[in-house]
Amino acid sequence: MEASLGRCVASWCPGATGVTGAVRLSGGASQETWSFDIVHPAGNIGAILRRAPQGHGASPRAVGLNAEAVLMRLAYDAGVPSPRVLHVLEPQDELGTGFIMQRVDGETIARKILRDDRYAQARPKLARQLGNVLAVIHGLPLPQLPELRRMTAAKEIAEFERDYHSFGWPRPVFELALRWLRDRDPGPSQEVTLVHGDFRHGNLIIGPDGVRAVLDWELAHLGDPMEDLGWICVNSWRFGEIDKPVGGFGAREDLFAGYQSTGRRVDPDRVMFWEVMGTLRWGLMCCGMMQRFRSNPEHSVERAMIGRRASETEIDLLRLLAPRA
Amino acid sequence: MQDEPTPEELIKAVADFLRSDIAPLISGHHAFKLRVSINALDLVTRQITLEQVGDAAETARLSRLLAMQGTLGELNRALADRIAKGEVDLQTPGLADHLWQTTMDKLAVDQPNYASYRRELGEKGG
Repeated sequence: MEASLGRCVASWCPGATGVTGAVRLSGGASQETWSFDIVHPAGNIGAILRRAPQGHGASPRAVGLNAEAVLMRLAYDAGVPSPRVLHVLEPQDELGTGFIMQRVDGETIARKILRDDRYAQARPKLARQLGNVLAVIHGLPLPQLPELRRMTAAKEIAEFERDYHSFGWPRPVFELALRWLRDRDPGPSQEVTLVHGDFRHGNLIIGPDGVRAVLDWELAHLGDPMEDLGWICVNSWRFGEIDKPVGGFGAREDLFAGYQSTGRRVDPDRVMFWEVMGTLRWGLMCCGMMQRFRSNPEHSVERAMIGRRASETEIDLLRLLAPRA
Repeated sequence: MQDEPTPEELIKAVADFLRSDIAPLISGHHAFKLRVSINALDLVTRQITLEQVGDAAETARLSRLLAMQGTLGELNRALADRIAKGEVDLQTPGLADHLWQTTMDKLAVDQPNYASYRRELGEKGG
């Protein structure tokens, strides 16, 4: 891997003499993330490779790595905290498809961000900062964007129903939520913008100073900008801090204030609708993990146990839809 | 009749051994996977302890709510179906209570430390 990366880096980074310390960070069969250092006389450069090895297709909902690179560059240029994209892989790199970006130091693990003293100064600021970041993302000019899926709540609900029925396991609470969502779908948004699609803990690099980078544009699409605001309020991303709806660190009012400080408008009812959507979405993703556990020969106990977390979203859905007096 | 110790006692003994004797020796990704595995064993222990009583109560509630008999699976399918068709909803007497009780029983097995569950348990008497 270091040899291939070294040849690749030499082709676009003048002065680079190779790479060192390449380690694979995570990823499934279809996508890999590698961390490495570009060896350079002016000082090593921390870098990340995000790639799909040759012959692996992405999931149908994913935008594809080339589109991710385009979105990250647009976000970076617009002032979104974002790693700088250094190179988009080309066939002669023989590394598959993907891109190389600057490595940003910081934390993505929610429990550390929410508990460690190191982030105590950042926590009260984060909701407002993230509101601001989302406003910039939603303001990116549509003509510059790569081709993306156009999603509406109705389309998404139809996908939820298809997923739910594919599991063949009755869940009255999910049925109730599906019914609630169909009945209360506010209709297509008047304004259609870029939607990040997975704006939450894990995809945000946080430092003691606040948000440092937005990652993982895999689920980006065009749609209702309020979706991103609802998704980051889903209880599953509060990691126990259930009275701080924004990622377990902040208030909705702060998120909205940050968003509106740019002149963009928040529709709190739509945000709440998307929070219910998001809660069900994570519940269905948990059920999907259980399916993959069963069908996959590696029998991952982690996936199995995520399957048993679907009930967390059932109690959260009941708290949203049928709160007890 | 099978002999003792019971499955519950055996699983608990294995989980305790892994927790006390093995976990301190392991680090990195394997330590994480071991923790998840111990959590899985603890979940199984809770399910063995709680499932029978919970399932019996759920079956009784569903039979009343739907005015029909059947296995727990059949009754849940029937309820899911009626909710989907709009034949029962949150205005239907007993539905919200049933869903709450069933969900609380699931959380008691799946994730008794989940903050929403603890809140509902503490403030509303579960």
